[in-house]
Amino acid sequence: MKLLVVEDDRETALYLVKGLSESGYTVDRAGDGRDGLFLATSGSYDAIVLDRMLPNMDGLAMLGALRAAGISTPALILSALGSVDDRVKGLRAGGDDYLVKPFAFSELLARLEALLRRGSVAAATTKLRVADLELDLLTRTVRRRDKPIEVLPREFRLLEYLMRNAGHVVTRTMLLEHVWDYHFDPQTNVIDVHVSRLRQKIDKNFDSPLLHTVRGAGYCLRAPEPPAA
Amino acid sequence: MTAEKLLLPAQGPWTIPRRVFGNAQRLLRTHAFRLAALYFLVFAASVLGVLLFVYWTSADFVERQTEATLDAEITGLAEQYAQRGLSGLAQIVAARSAGDRGDGMLYLVTDPSGRPLAGNIAAWPEGVPARAGRLSFTTAARVKDRVETHPAQGASFIIPGGYRLLVGRDISDATAFRDRVKITLLWAGLIALGIGLLGGTAMSRNLLRRVEQVNRTSERVMAGNLSDRVPLDGTSDEFDQLAANLNRMLDQIERLMTAMREVTDDVAHDLKTPLSRLRVRLELALLGPADGSGQTEAIRSAIDEADRLLATFNALLSIAELESGTRRDESEALDLSEVARSAAELYEPVAEEKGFVLFLATEPGVRIRGSRHLLSQALANLLDNALKYAGGGEIQIRVLRDEGRAALEVADRGQGIPEADRETVFDRFVRLERSRSTPGNGLGLSLVRAVVRRHRGTVELADNWPGLRVRLEFPELAT
Repeated sequence: MKLLVVEDDRETALYLVKGLSESGYTVDRAGDGRDGLFLATSGSYDAIVLDRMLPNMDGLAMLGALRAAGISTPALILSALGSVDDRVKGLRAGGDDYLVKPFAFSELLARLEALLRRGSVAAATTKLRVADLELDLLTRTVRRRDKPIEVLPREFRLLEYLMRNAGHVVTRTMLLEHVWDYHFDPQTNVIDVHVSRLRQKIDKNFDSPLLHTVRGAGYCLRAPEPPAA
Repeated sequence: MTAEKLLLPAQGPWTIPRRVFGNAQRLLRTHAFRLAALYFLVFAASVLGVLLFVYWTSADFVERQTEATLDAEITGLAEQYAQRGLSGLAQIVAARSAGDRGDGMLYLVTDPSGRPLAGNIAAWPEGVPARAGRLSFTTAARVKDRVETHPAQGASFIIPGGYRLLVGRDISDATAFRDRVKITLLWAGLIALGIGLLGGTAMSRNLLRRVEQVNRTSERVMAGNLSDRVPLDGTSDEFDQLAANLNRMLDQIERLMTAMREVTDDVAHDLKTPLSRLRVRLELALLGPADGSGQTEAIRSAIDEADRLLATFNALLSIAELESGTRRDESEALDLSEVARSAAELYEPVAEEKGFVLFLATEPGVRIRGSRHLLSQALANLLDNALKYAGGGEIQIRVLRDEGRAALEVADRGQGIPEADRETVFDRFVRLERSRSTPGNGLGLSLVRAVVRRHRGTVELADNWPGLRVRLEFPELAT
């Protein structure tokens, strides 16, 4: 997987390149909007991490030019501006996700991976499946090992989001944004309790847990590792 | 005598005129002066026009009257002559000349040699040609016991046979009247122009004064006196409106500056401590053994501390942004119950886990104009507080309509807040002593208040017997 980081601040850029390389990505870096646009139009990137304020050509303009050229490489916008308004502007300009600086690297990684997956998951799916857990989007029912599981509407959406991102870390902020449409972090651990309730329902009476807590990052729903042969 | 002494007296007389001249020059450059000068010119021209019109009409009127009298007299005499011939004319002239009738009419009939036959003039006036036509002449008139020379206007006729007739009228009264009118109009004109000049000057000075007030206030504000305002006349004219708008602008600037200063002060006071703590922690980690375990723990706690600091920063900035009113309006018509339901749904599990019972009671269709995002955040802060400080029991979220106001209440069964502290808890970084042990930055209620004010609402803390009841009220949106 090849990523492009467009960031003018040297320190942040190095930190991003280092972190992403260590996570197994090939990373190119551009220091301003013009270079970024030049590299991005080559089209061989899987995702772009883009600072909003850049010299020569700002991030939103660069993104606009890229989208106008018909290149739909997923883009994650990094910005120091955090109001809902700025977020909407960023997404409208063609961004696929928006992250406010400063951010935890784990948050960036989780979001980036969600973006990279978006292209591969068929949107028209009506059933999501992880191991023996099955979620039917049409009948809005959940079954595990063919046993129906009762979930509340919100839990259904929570599970759907986790299953769409199965095998990858999903942060609390991502859950708040996508499941509750809240763009702020409550001081209480509200998400943890929701997740643990869901876990009660889908994991409690089964021997192999699917929903895992990733310390310092968030949650991950994944199929159990096949037993070593 | 020294040079200074020679120069000194010369300075006195020079400086004063220069200042006066400078003032005059400044005055000449002003728009107000030019306006006043134009006003004065137009005014003077119209006054002049009016006076000329009055003069011509009144003088002309008297002249026309004289003409009309003469014409009537001539017509009468012509009729007499036609009926009774020369002797009849002489008779009627003699009759009309007898005694002083006081109408100033003058008559004279002479034979071809110029000898008077009848009339009240002694002789054909000197210098008047003996031919028919209109003429002006002078006549000797007896006023009381003096003889004066009066101007007269008349016409002469040559009657067949060489006889001559002169009919005239003493116009000394008309001339006196005209002179009178001239003088009166001249004075009226002078007085009007004087008033015009004074009015123009006063107008220009008034304009100048009010512009000057604005200028002076701007200068004082620029010099740092932010609370200075342009005085209003209370006339609500354009200048008052301008001043009022400027004052509103200054209010806004002052509010922004105050908000900024408060944030700066708060940051200086309350972020220094956690920052120094962070520094000490990292320093100690550096001093400790480099085997990793202790350092990893130190780094982890440093990250936590940094996250808390950032959260505090963000909260501060949000509050400042809300209070200064610079944030763009993202409000929409929304149902308050929806906001409450969504938050209740989010908090219900955590409340239950912490030993609370969360109740939601909503009246349907309580709508306000506002930002769902901000209202949710305010409500979340109130619920966070209740969960943190109430210890347990029930938490009630209520949405209700009260005398045209939409109210959102969060009530708990904790210890409540003593009445004396109910104002101060809204200030930034204020945390009541007993709660210092729980995590938090003391900005939750500040943000709530900022959000409420942003929505033109009020926030009130009350006793829930026992517990705290926070009530947010907003103007209800008419359906």
